[in-house]
Amino acid sequence: MTDKQSDSIFHDVASPFCGIASDDLVVEVNGNTVTVKENGDPVTRHGFESPMTDLSPRIKGQEATLDEAVSHIAALLKNSKQPLIGGMGTDLNGARAAMALADISRATIDSQFSDAAFRNILVLQDSGYMTTTLTEVRNRVDLLLVVGTDIESSFPRFFERIIWPEESMFGQQVESREIIYLGKKPSGQASTSPGGRPAEVIECDDACLPEVMSVLRALVKGKKVQAETVGGIAAADLAGIAEKLKSAKYGVITWSGFQLNYAHAEVTIQNICEMIKEINHTTRCNGLPLGGKEGDTTVNAVSSWQSGYPMRTSFSRNMPDYDPYMNRGQRMLDEGEVDVLLWVSSFNTDGRPPATDATTVVLGRSGMTFDQEPEVFIPVGVPGIDHSGRTFRCDSVVSVPLKKLRDSGLPSTYDVLTAVEQAL
Amino acid sequence: MLTKLTGGRVIDPEHGINDVVRDIYIRDGRIVEAPSDGKIDEEIDVRGKIIMSGAIDMHTHIGGGKVNIARTMLPEDHAESLLERTELMRSGCGHAAPSTLTTGYRYAEMGYTAGFEPAVLPINARQAHMEMHDTPIIDKGGYAMLGSDDFLLRMMAANEDQDAINNYVAWTLTHTQALGLKVVNPGGINAFKFNQRKLDLDEKNTFYNVSPREILQRLSRAVTELGVPHPLHVHGCNLGVPGNKDTTLDTIQGIEGLPMHLTHIQFHSYGTEGDFKFSSGAAEIAEAINRNKNITVDVGQILFGQTVTASGDSMRQFAGAPHAHPNKWVCMDIECDAGCGVVPFKYRDQSFVNALQWMIGLETFLMVDDPWRIFLTTDHPNGAPFTSYPHLIKLLMDKSFRNDMLSTLHPEAQQATHLASIDREYTLYDIATMTRAGAARLLGLADRGHLGVGAAADITVYTDHPDREKMFSSPDYVFKDGQMVVKNGQLIKITWGTTHVVKPQYDASIEKPLQSYFDKYHTLKMGNFKISDDEIIDDGRGSLTVQPLKQGGKL
Ligand SMILES: [Zn+2]
Repeated sequence: MTDKQSDSIFHDVASPFCGIASDDLVVEVNGNTVTVKENGDPVTRHGFESPMTDLSPRIKGQEATLDEAVSHIAALLKNSKQPLIGGMGTDLNGARAAMALADISRATIDSQFSDAAFRNILVLQDSGYMTTTLTEVRNRVDLLLVVGTDIESSFPRFFERIIWPEESMFGQQVESREIIYLGKKPSGQASTSPGGRPAEVIECDDACLPEVMSVLRALVKGKKVQAETVGGIAAADLAGIAEKLKSAKYGVITWSGFQLNYAHAEVTIQNICEMIKEINHTTRCNGLPLGGKEGDTTVNAVSSWQSGYPMRTSFSRNMPDYDPYMNRGQRMLDEGEVDVLLWVSSFNTDGRPPATDATTVVLGRSGMTFDQEPEVFIPVGVPGIDHSGRTFRCDSVVSVPLKKLRDSGLPSTYDVLTAVEQAL
Repeated sequence: MLTKLTGGRVIDPEHGINDVVRDIYIRDGRIVEAPSDGKIDEEIDVRGKIIMSGAIDMHTHIGGGKVNIARTMLPEDHAESLLERTELMRSGCGHAAPSTLTTGYRYAEMGYTAGFEPAVLPINARQAHMEMHDTPIIDKGGYAMLGSDDFLLRMMAANEDQDAINNYVAWTLTHTQALGLKVVNPGGINAFKFNQRKLDLDEKNTFYNVSPREILQRLSRAVTELGVPHPLHVHGCNLGVPGNKDTTLDTIQGIEGLPMHLTHIQFHSYGTEGDFKFSSGAAEIAEAINRNKNITVDVGQILFGQTVTASGDSMRQFAGAPHAHPNKWVCMDIECDAGCGVVPFKYRDQSFVNALQWMIGLETFLMVDDPWRIFLTTDHPNGAPFTSYPHLIKLLMDKSFRNDMLSTLHPEAQQATHLASIDREYTLYDIATMTRAGAARLLGLADRGHLGVGAAADITVYTDHPDREKMFSSPDYVFKDGQMVVKNGQLIKITWGTTHVVKPQYDASIEKPLQSYFDKYHTLKMGNFKISDDEIIDDGRGSLTVQPLKQGGKL
């Protein structure tokens, strides 16, 4: 029903639009209009409040029924030599259905966020890491080192929720927490303590971060560094950070894979992670990779438990084959290897499919616009707005239930993909 | 539809039936009486075959965050065991950390019809259930893990009464949809966050001033007083530390007669004798188990080869990380709730320590008298993948095979135990007790693990092959809830098992302090922590089976 007009207020609403998945939002729903009343921020307001426009599927730009659209997709996949399921902006059950469909249609599966996510996954698969989760940080952190990341632009409530709570569990004075930015400087004041103490900022270009991190790691290990400056940073400043990391009781080093956006950033992250392991010989220190919005963490988790591998897995041999380079969706499109692209982006109208010659099918959020009308477009419900669901936070540990807030009548990604699978 | 299994040799320890020829009738997923009118729809000739109920793995890491970290971390492990999609089965892969679908298929093909995830972090329970939901055929369930969570330790530091703790335990079991309660390195995971690197039974957590012994007593009492059938499931202090047998003996004494299950006891049975300062404590431990009837154990047998260790015990996993093979590992502190560590490991038969671990496990199996109180596990995947169970059963049932294997191991290790002189061979009845009747009884599964009228028709039919590894690798038939899912060792049908839980009542007053705790300290709302029944049922494939509490449950 789309004509429902009653006002409703929902409490403790979780946001899938940001990787910290704040779940204290108060949301008002009036018909199909959703308004974040309390605890909103630019990211969650954009996520919840984007208006709904399209209600019915289109085939080649012509309105069609859902059944017709599903059959059309099934026919495309049946005749496809190399389908790619991309985007993967979806929730738990959407991811499950996409995996089942990839398996039966011998597709390759990849997410729109993989370039960033794999900067961490490659480290996990090569050497591993020591990490912590948001509630631990909230109660324990005494030193937060932010590497190459402006947190508040992507995670507006990170500091309010994680770093500056009113009270921590173990008697620590929250005000005493020390924040150091290394690399990018913060775009606002969220990191300033409640008492007005700004974060320490030691700036350098992204391009210098690999070298800066290597030197910091060497300093933590007690090695002597000859250079006076590294990437424009005084070696003495880095030595100061090294000392602080070693004397902190619970240091946390955080970064965003999205924002460490340069070639082989995984090497930098690996250096961070190995340094953390070394610090743990004497005190506690942990990594906190930030990311995970719009199903990013969820789809990698589901893919791993269902196939053994994260994204960038191909089923073309009728079994899962993992190759983070060959199965990179954009590479396959660029090389013309894909004939059918099935793009899923149910959270965000900005998550549009890449331009490609491949026949494109889009399961997208209502309101999505295209430079080139896809072969099939199905407006699907947003998990946590149009249907209930579950999504993982950035820490890969906590998953939150997503509520159904309105009765828009839009099908879920799970509904559509399961119907396609059954039609095959 | 009435199915008759005709003429099988039934082994059903719950009813004391040992190799008796009986017909079994199945209708609507249950074992039923012979029909009075003699009418049957389908007859399956199983004359000469061995019939047992479906096997139950009471400790296997099949779902949840750390298992999934292990999967993601080990692409090279999967690449050697890829599984093609068939008409029936989804594709999958994995040896040490198989995909969920593969896990369900493989268990069923071995005659297993249930597996229980023993380390469900309450904050990660939702994920554990998601993964188990995607594990076909077998029934499942989990044990919620407490003991290093700050809420409990705060209660204990404030010296709250036992009723309050019982309430908290009941609340946790209910809202994590758990079947039992587990504790891992009691208080130690928490202590590691305060930079303590070891925690003995009577050593205090520096912040809370609470010891593992006190945690064990409180939690064991809670489980007992609530009437939860499965005793407190304990992964003790000092896992893997030479000399830890003394801690284990102390732990058994310290529980003062309360029911307690000591898991993967093999990893907790080490002495410090000999040139390697590493020796078998199995005899002493087995003797203590034999004497203390309140104690049950599973072994956590190690078998040689590549695997991965995935544990909630971040403290001990961090200590073991230098042994990672391949050299990569993960440790995590988790949500003021728990932690985890994932360390790949290769057990080598020419390593003194690994060879001795293998012997210690087998000694324990062979020296504990009562098969109702010892359970067959490899602590999958920590000691070995569950797919090695048939091999392990052969080691237990066939002395000459066992001694042949033994003679190939590290020579000095061979001298360090009396394993070669132990004559005991497990019987089929012993195996059925350990893997069926005893496991069902231990977990309080009312209608599983036996073949009596009214039981769920989870049934495995084997050929009495003298090579027990062959026999247990490939049953002739497996029935899950009355449906034939395996024929001649091959899957022929995919079904979806139920999730077994307990629902002890709790007094809602516990939600007052919990609400304020979540609001003050957590990054998740209390309401969003709770896992609804609908989440277990999910797309309709899942179901909940609430197991009865023991008589005399307090609440
Ligand atoms: Zn275990």
